[in-house]
Amino acid sequence: MMWYWYLAVLVGMCGLAWLFRWKGQQMDWSEFNNKFRDMPYSVAFGYVLGLAILLWLYWAYFQGHSLHQETANKFFFLRIAIEGFIIFAIAAWVFRLFGRNVGTAGTKKLFRSMPLTASFGILTILIYAIFAIFAGAIAPYGQESIIPGVAANIIPGGDPELGGNPDFPLGTDQIGRDILSRLIYGAQNTVGIAFATTVLAFLLGGTFGFLAATLGGWLDQLLSRAVDVLMAIPSLIFALLLMTIASVWAPQLGIPLTVFMVVIIAVIDSTRVYRLARAVGQNIVVMDYIEAAKLRGEGLGYLVFKEILPNATAPLLAEFGLRFCFVFLTIAALSFLGVGIQPPLADWGTMVRDLGGFVNFAQFAPMAATAPLLAAGAIALLTVAVNFVVDWMLQKSSGLKE
Amino acid sequence: MGNVLTIILQRLALGLLTLLIVSIVIFVAVNLLPGNFAEAILGQGATPDAIASIERDLGLDQPLVTRYFQWLGGVLRGDLGTSFAQANFASFSGTTSGATTIAEQIAPRFGNTMFLAMITAAIAVPFSIILGILAALYRNTVFDRATNIFTLTSISSPEFFLAYILILFLAVLNPIFPSLSNIFEGMPFSERVEKSMLPALTLTLVVTAHMMRMTRAAIINLLASPYIEMARLKGLSPMRVIVKHALPNALAPIINVIALNLAYLITGVVVVEVVFVYPGIGQLFVDSVKIRDIPVVQACCLIFATAFILLNLTADIMSILSNPRLRHPK
Repeated sequence: MMWYWYLAVLVGMCGLAWLFRWKGQQMDWSEFNNKFRDMPYSVAFGYVLGLAILLWLYWAYFQGHSLHQETANKFFFLRIAIEGFIIFAIAAWVFRLFGRNVGTAGTKKLFRSMPLTASFGILTILIYAIFAIFAGAIAPYGQESIIPGVAANIIPGGDPELGGNPDFPLGTDQIGRDILSRLIYGAQNTVGIAFATTVLAFLLGGTFGFLAATLGGWLDQLLSRAVDVLMAIPSLIFALLLMTIASVWAPQLGIPLTVFMVVIIAVIDSTRVYRLARAVGQNIVVMDYIEAAKLRGEGLGYLVFKEILPNATAPLLAEFGLRFCFVFLTIAALSFLGVGIQPPLADWGTMVRDLGGFVNFAQFAPMAATAPLLAAGAIALLTVAVNFVVDWMLQKSSGLKE
Repeated sequence: MGNVLTIILQRLALGLLTLLIVSIVIFVAVNLLPGNFAEAILGQGATPDAIASIERDLGLDQPLVTRYFQWLGGVLRGDLGTSFAQANFASFSGTTSGATTIAEQIAPRFGNTMFLAMITAAIAVPFSIILGILAALYRNTVFDRATNIFTLTSISSPEFFLAYILILFLAVLNPIFPSLSNIFEGMPFSERVEKSMLPALTLTLVVTAHMMRMTRAAIINLLASPYIEMARLKGLSPMRVIVKHALPNALAPIINVIALNLAYLITGVVVVEVVFVYPGIGQLFVDSVKIRDIPVVQACCLIFATAFILLNLTADIMSILSNPRLRHPK
């Protein structure tokens, strides 16, 4: 029965699209006439389809407010997503407006050419940074503190009628830790560890890459072939293999597994940085000013840090953003699989793994799925934000290509 | 044609060499472990006599190089060794089907993973190419920007986030597909497809973004060429210009990126299989990592690496073959 309805809607939309174009061609607006005359049918259909999707979203949004509980449950997440999208869009717009009018001439100019996605990205990164740095002051409870006498309760909102506890706005997890506090500390741990790993990867990859570019010869050959081999193994698989080995070593040496993870991922990721640093370095090494510095008798350290590094900053910075995303996602995946950041530390990947099962109860109580989705969403939001900013930076540096 | 053949043979040789070195890396990494296999099998309370006898049985008293060649020889014959877990965990893991060697354990799971990858490819490749063509056709419009934002979002979300979102909307709130993929042998094909639909859709979301962006970029790159302008001046429709004139020339980078993304699927499959409890090789890998079942980890790692290298090799060779200048040298 449903299929007939879908077919009827499709046929109706096809008819509407044709009508839309025909009506447009009849109209007598000078500036639109050309547009409608040359419009292929598919474009007209696209307009109608877009309109239909908007109308459906509008309808679904009000279904989410329905008094009928079952219907409201069904559209609850769509409603939240729509509200979230609008709030983020407004926040990004206000932030861009703020940036355009406050600050030095340089930043004002930067904000003037900024698309909304990029300002959203910068705003999000700033918020994450604030949470990560001041986690201890913002979080109401400690990340490891198990609050005695509190029943496990993952219903957010703290409404006593629904069994919530107003002291814990997002509820408590299976062993009675405050979920909100753990989410906030997660910003510190997950983002902090990912950041440290990326920095380490850049130090390793950058140093060896520049060295290979400057010295060349057998060192370059040796390092490059080694990197080729390491890059031939899929990174997540290799990380998992090394983590298995590290998990045997860690208790014997008394070093936390998380330290091993940072080093392992940094080494695996530094291969990609090495490739870029070497390529960029090789382009710089042939410049005349390097030749001049060599003739002056400058040492290797001076060449790498004072001559090559300043000239390679721009491409490396854009790469830093992308690398950070990869590292962040790898760490999240490892934690999700249970071999990443280890338990007493609050971490988003682990939280998703622990609370993920509650998604299955969303049909009856949509709020039950909030905690795992928030943790997973926090990871997604940050990587999306960084990607938006990097996308904008790359587009800006490549000029108006198209 | 001889020219191409030499290049391809060179690539093949290089691929084989890489594979050999990768196997050495994996073997050495695993053998860096403190203690040894025998202790790991017997546990801490093992007597020195028992350890010595097991070491003799498994040939662990041989030097490292000898053992490597024995292991490699075994792998080439399809003998991947014996899992630690079969002795200790087989009774309650519930997965034992009388399998005693790793090869027997892996074989059905490998088939399942391949099945999942093929379904994903069957959905993702046409979808992303069509989306890429449309985005190139209507570039810089609302449609293009919306697709751009959508693909950027899906490419930068962790796999498990996408998986849970799909479970939430397509399995829990609207029960269309099952959220658990309990696949077993002898299942009818349609049911199998239905059960692996959600993992396949998740993987599709993960790989589509990259393929679609590359398709769009490859086509747009070509649009500035003189012969495209000629086609446009002839009065061809934009769709025809792109499909008939631009697409065949953009095929090389597109094929390349498809093969690379299939290689990426191999990595992405691990997390997705865990979320959906899909009985594939990725899940076995993660389970073995958790219980430190070193021989299985080693074997899975080798299989993943082999698949990865083979697909990269295919990408290389396909892009050589799709270049007419190399196929027909002057």
